[in-house]
Amino acid sequence: MLLQVENLKTYFHTPRGIAKAVDGVSFSVEKGETRAIVGESGCGKSITALSLLQLVPEPAGYIESGRILFEGKDLLDRTWEQMREVRGDDISMIFQEPMTSLNPVYTVGWQIEETMRAHGKNAATARARALELLDRVGIKDPSGALRQYPHELSGGMRQRVMISIALANRPKLLVADEPTTALDVTVQAQILALIRELQKETGMAVLLITHDLGIVAEVADTVSVMYAGQVVEDAPTRELFKNPRHPYTRGLFASLPARNRRGQDLATLEGVVPDSAAWPKGCRFADRCKYAWESCHTIAPTFHPNGSDRPVRCHLYDPNISGRPSRLPWLTELPVTADLVEAAKL
Amino acid sequence: MLSYILRRILYAIPILLGVLFVTHFLFFGISSPEVIARRNLSTRNPKPEQIKQWLTDHGYDKPASEQLKRSTIDMMSFNFGKSDTTGEDIWSRIKQGALPSLIVGGLVFLIGLAIALLTAIIAAYFRGTYVDAFITFFCVVLMSVVYIVYVIGLQFVLGKLLRLGPISGWDTGLGMLKFLALPVVIGVISGLGADIRLYRTFLLDETNQDYVRTARAKGVAEQWILFRHVLKNALMPVITSTVAAIPTLILGSLVLESFFGIPGLGNYLVDAINGQDFSVVRAMVFLGTLLTIVGLIFTDIAYALVDPRVRLE
Repeated sequence: MLLQVENLKTYFHTPRGIAKAVDGVSFSVEKGETRAIVGESGCGKSITALSLLQLVPEPAGYIESGRILFEGKDLLDRTWEQMREVRGDDISMIFQEPMTSLNPVYTVGWQIEETMRAHGKNAATARARALELLDRVGIKDPSGALRQYPHELSGGMRQRVMISIALANRPKLLVADEPTTALDVTVQAQILALIRELQKETGMAVLLITHDLGIVAEVADTVSVMYAGQVVEDAPTRELFKNPRHPYTRGLFASLPARNRRGQDLATLEGVVPDSAAWPKGCRFADRCKYAWESCHTIAPTFHPNGSDRPVRCHLYDPNISGRPSRLPWLTELPVTADLVEAAKL
Repeated sequence: MLSYILRRILYAIPILLGVLFVTHFLFFGISSPEVIARRNLSTRNPKPEQIKQWLTDHGYDKPASEQLKRSTIDMMSFNFGKSDTTGEDIWSRIKQGALPSLIVGGLVFLIGLAIALLTAIIAAYFRGTYVDAFITFFCVVLMSVVYIVYVIGLQFVLGKLLRLGPISGWDTGLGMLKFLALPVVIGVISGLGADIRLYRTFLLDETNQDYVRTARAKGVAEQWILFRHVLKNALMPVITSTVAAIPTLILGSLVLESFFGIPGLGNYLVDAINGQDFSVVRAMVFLGTLLTIVGLIFTDIAYALVDPRVRLE
């Protein structure tokens, strides 16, 4: 096991009180594996990613409790300086905004080399490796690009530069926070393919934060679905797409266009994510869930209901909860994921 | 870049013409040549002939359009003429007064910039802590006190009560130092509060940028992030707000110089305004405009030198 996150809680001080943005998240990443974390904006997935490297914006944000075991050792036990040694070396991160993630006043080469110099490589080695990296991520004329400034490159090119920065010290884990969200669709596909290729070459694991189920189907081995600061469903990608269990996951799938629902309006999830400073007492999804009954509003579901091999945070799977329907309510509905399963050849 | 600078110099011409025009009409909208003549003639009740003679001597007898044309040509060819009140050559007075003004202004500028930047860096580095809060408090206090209070207060305490140095005056050579201390300290203090707050904001704006997060994710040390990443970006707005001021330093400060008896250009202008000396006011306004324009061109050049995104075309 490369990374194991246990019951991570990241909170923020806000004028409305303490916002529990990440509230007891657990998941793990195997060596060489790609795990996706999916969820809508505001569900806490980006904060989870930032928490891993302890880059949560201070002083408002802080990690309240939990464990982040990397190769068996808890990263939360490390001092700021010890944490600095991990960042950009064992664990790297790329971000959503390639336009602003690079410093505008330094050349691309300087910024790639900086990552290596920060971890003790000498200038000549760093320069040679920077050239090699730019070539590897598919930038034409890499020696020319070394001397260019970020504003002289397109969004896709900048994201390639970010990837070469992230890969410079051959990390064991790459955290990619919505790496393609800000890019054109064609460039998105190129960047994803590049990350996948590099992963094959280096054997690194990838933690991919995204809201795009299409991307999940293409690249992820396992998926954590997040809602309102918690993981609501955790499954191998194939399993999740064949048989989504949580009503929220089903809602996400149903909101995608599909052939078997041609001519119908796209389904939407009514309502918004509740306020993170005042999570509901019962199930956090209950207000938006069309299958919810009384118990859902009063009792918080656990992540491992009895008799279920695949963890899901929903009372529908918990035999100890009263008022539960005898069979899953959506068995009579059209399958929500048939097209995606077919398209991704899962 | 060269063609850009040439273009900017050409743009300066209509600005200068406009300023001369406005100065002329503002001055004579409030005053008139006759009033100036009366003030400057030694006799208590000058006869109409005497006034007429004075006006002819100083060229104020011609129609307004003629006067304006004459003065524009003179100014544009740096022919500043003689003072209306003392008859002194204006250009030689400007040359004399520039040095004291530059010494006081330059010291205030350099010391003030250094202290403000350093304090702002400390505040930004310790943002959100007691250090930052204390600096903010100190700045608000500095900004809340009116300039004149510093002048009179420090003159009184340091000069009169403690007798640490002269209250005002001027000397050449090393003797100048004891006269410099007080005005320079006051000049620095009076600008400090606002500058620290401004530079702190520039720095904090940058520390919240995405590239800082990237640098942290790369494992770069905090001090390196502050001095290499943040400072270089934050210096750009600092440069715009300071480089423009450099050429105008020789014009001096009106308040400081007149309070401390420094024989600089600020003092010269205050005397000219009080004495209704149009020739001098006109020359000084022209010079001020010219130096401000030069300062703005310097700013553009400085921008292009530090920010790779800026190209002067």
